[in-house]
Amino acid sequence: MTYDQARWTADEDRYEPLLVEKRERTVEIEDSPLPADLTRDELSLPSVAEPDLARHYTRLSQMNYGIESGPFPLGSCTMKYNPSFTEDVAADPQAAVHPARTSSTVQGTLEVCHRLQDYLGRIGGMDAVSLQPPAGAAGEFAGILIAKAYHEDNGNDRNEVVIPDSAHGTNFASAAMAGYDVVSLPSDDGRVDVGALEEAVSDDTAALMLTNPNTLGLFERDIEEIAAIVHDAGGLLYYDGANLNALLGRARPGDMGFDVMHYNVHKTFATPHGGGGPGAGPIGVTDELTQYLPSPLVRKTATGFEYYDPEQTIGKVHGFYGNWPVLLRAYAYIARLGDEGLADASAKAVLNANYLASQIEYDVPYDPFHHEFVASAGEQDAADVAKRMLDHGVHPPTTKWPDIVGEALMTEPTESESRRTLDQLADAFNAVASEDEATLEHAPERTAARRIDQVAAARDPILSWQALDEQH
Amino acid sequence: MGAGSPFAPHSAAETDAMLDILGIDDVETLFDVPDAVRFDGQFGIESGGERAVRRELSRTLGRNDELVEFLGRGHYDHYVPSIVDDLASRSEFLTSYTQYQPEIAQGFLQVLFEYQSLVVELTGLDVANCSVYDAATALGEAGRMAKRSRSTSGDRILVPEHLRSGKRAVLENYAAGPALEIESYPMEDGTVDLAALTDQADEDVVMVYAESPTVRGAIEPQLDAIGDVAETHDALYCVGTDILALALLEPPATVGADVVVGDASALGTGASYGIGLGLFATSEAYLRQVPGRLVGAAEDASGHRAFTLTLQTREQHIRRERATSNVCTNQAWLALRTAMAAAWFGPDGLIDLAESCVTSARTLADRLDEISGVRAPVDDAHHFREFPVRVDQPARAIQRDLAAEGFAVHAIDEHLLQVCVTETNAEAIDPLVGALREVCE
Repeated sequence: MTYDQARWTADEDRYEPLLVEKRERTVEIEDSPLPADLTRDELSLPSVAEPDLARHYTRLSQMNYGIESGPFPLGSCTMKYNPSFTEDVAADPQAAVHPARTSSTVQGTLEVCHRLQDYLGRIGGMDAVSLQPPAGAAGEFAGILIAKAYHEDNGNDRNEVVIPDSAHGTNFASAAMAGYDVVSLPSDDGRVDVGALEEAVSDDTAALMLTNPNTLGLFERDIEEIAAIVHDAGGLLYYDGANLNALLGRARPGDMGFDVMHYNVHKTFATPHGGGGPGAGPIGVTDELTQYLPSPLVRKTATGFEYYDPEQTIGKVHGFYGNWPVLLRAYAYIARLGDEGLADASAKAVLNANYLASQIEYDVPYDPFHHEFVASAGEQDAADVAKRMLDHGVHPPTTKWPDIVGEALMTEPTESESRRTLDQLADAFNAVASEDEATLEHAPERTAARRIDQVAAARDPILSWQALDEQH
Repeated sequence: MGAGSPFAPHSAAETDAMLDILGIDDVETLFDVPDAVRFDGQFGIESGGERAVRRELSRTLGRNDELVEFLGRGHYDHYVPSIVDDLASRSEFLTSYTQYQPEIAQGFLQVLFEYQSLVVELTGLDVANCSVYDAATALGEAGRMAKRSRSTSGDRILVPEHLRSGKRAVLENYAAGPALEIESYPMEDGTVDLAALTDQADEDVVMVYAESPTVRGAIEPQLDAIGDVAETHDALYCVGTDILALALLEPPATVGADVVVGDASALGTGASYGIGLGLFATSEAYLRQVPGRLVGAAEDASGHRAFTLTLQTREQHIRRERATSNVCTNQAWLALRTAMAAAWFGPDGLIDLAESCVTSARTLADRLDEISGVRAPVDDAHHFREFPVRVDQPARAIQRDLAAEGFAVHAIDEHLLQVCVTETNAEAIDPLVGALREVCE
């Protein structure tokens, strides 16, 4: 398969011009209802009529690639198909209420929230769920704040969070934001080194943050022992839900001994990634930690639903209730699939990863993997491989991470891809595997832009059209 | 319903063929999960057809009361031009992700670059990121940035007494890691009590935060002087504002703001139960301390201008525990909507809309003030969209009675309501005034 992405070019220097380059207008503020010392003098912004705007954004969309364009096996991101009907659900005007409405006047919204809290609790094996964190990283931050509150309540001053070296970067950053020192844990043959974990935990350990299956797609088979080691040291176990799409209906974090977890609903529950967000990162906890959850939670009463503040709440991680339209889409997805559909999603996600890995020529050093695998580009540069794959009409995998695999190609096809598409993906991998360095370095050729010099861009950052203008 | 996911395309024959190639009979053998932690798959969640799920959700959401909302305090309802819903929904935008491969993601990168430029124009600052979650988390990030900046020092953040509790609660959590204390300074007649703030500020203050419009809608006339207080003590000066108000108000850079935070979703996303778009802008001096993603102009191999994520060494996927923030997934799609809406309004439309937020608030206040037992506004400030209303009767009772009449308003104190007016509820001013008169008299 090949692919030529649309490439709108204005002249020899530019692709689609910036709006400001099409038409700009400076408007002076006159006869304002405010005194002049409170207002600006003028405002300069693009002034482009609707027909031209429509063309601008349509052209830009054509110079962008989404899941509906083709396969998007970006490891750890779970780029599965986003069902169209969830867009209609999110657009329901009845859902578009203001967050300051009193509980009694938004019983429908609260009921949906309550059901989603319940669904997520069942899926994760958790006793209570807060929908508030607006992204996975925000869920991590909330979860670690909960661990902190729990330890403080128990009179323990613990200052360390243990994180495997192969974990998502957000784990380290979230723990640090909550004020913890990070203890990085080496791995042993792709999994947690249990001996090293025993060495690492102590009276200072607040929590271990773990992804299971981990970033290599491997299930941490020693999870019970890992949980016991952390719990015996008085620490809590945090589950990073980024890879939950591997396990639906097969295993639950709560049953594995995890005390706190986040769900990435934009991954596991198919809400659109929106070019970087919004996602949502609800968190689940055990009974013992429910009292610390962010405020407020929804509960059922004799007559309906109401908000309440958990007794020892950590407070808030979002100004309101999180990314509600995203949560609504996730609810619709879960209700559409049910037990069997969710279990089948994981079955097909794991089947697809295994099938694809069996069809590519690159070495996959670690197995048995689940929903994703990490291949090695070997002698080739993984970043170049990715650029060249673009020319074959597919989005490439995540590259050069995790470090444990040299020239890593972290690949997660998800359940949405058919065998035919997986074969096309494999063809893309294999075509690139046999190409020489010069071809790879010149890629991509068929995308809207050719290879972009990111090093130069970072050396001399130009971050606005105003800065571009100054430069000229 | 069927046995599988409707969004997995495999026929039974295809599944079997794939299993054959893997040399196994059953997909379950691919799950390397020890028996001790195996789950039987019974969540107890029933599946439904697409139409059934939609109908059922619509019915449930139908239990929300139909009220005309005069609500604001950080979340606003403005008209969303049709072109925004139409073009933002294009799947190339909606179903894409972070632009790790810029060559195939030029479209979204350019929109984000245009969004950053819009924020730069409105704030007058040098640099804007392409979003954090909301105004509250943007404020939290500003506090953390103040702490790690070399040009400021101290352990206290001064915030206005009138600050939405949800925003303050988020700031408290962001400030807990670096052990910062959050301290309120008083307001006088709706705006900052400058004398009290001056007394309270000292060398231990790392950031001074002020809002305009305030959470009560007041336009702060002393932003310049507040900035001087911050500067005197080498504190970061953070101004909280509103994307639409900026079309009319003095750009925060001209009053000395080092950082501007706020919510930008008021343009392009209507009332949506609190989803936000965290605006974050700062001056060049703090460029390498900015949280979140930045899009920059670059050049591609053919010599054309192109766009890419840049300065990524600040970010968590590279810098891990030393990153400027943990943010990864952000609010990019809302930034796209805001950029589209701002482009549709253009400078004339934005100024008109912003001016109408001032005049509508004034009109509504005058009308409410005519009602006996009601005073509006309660201070001498100019207001943007919203203002407090003093009522002789208990505010909560009036709020409840108004809900029974079909109107939602804020009750912010024992005898204070707050109302917010935009073009989406302005035509209900007469009925609201009538209802309040009935309730109060």
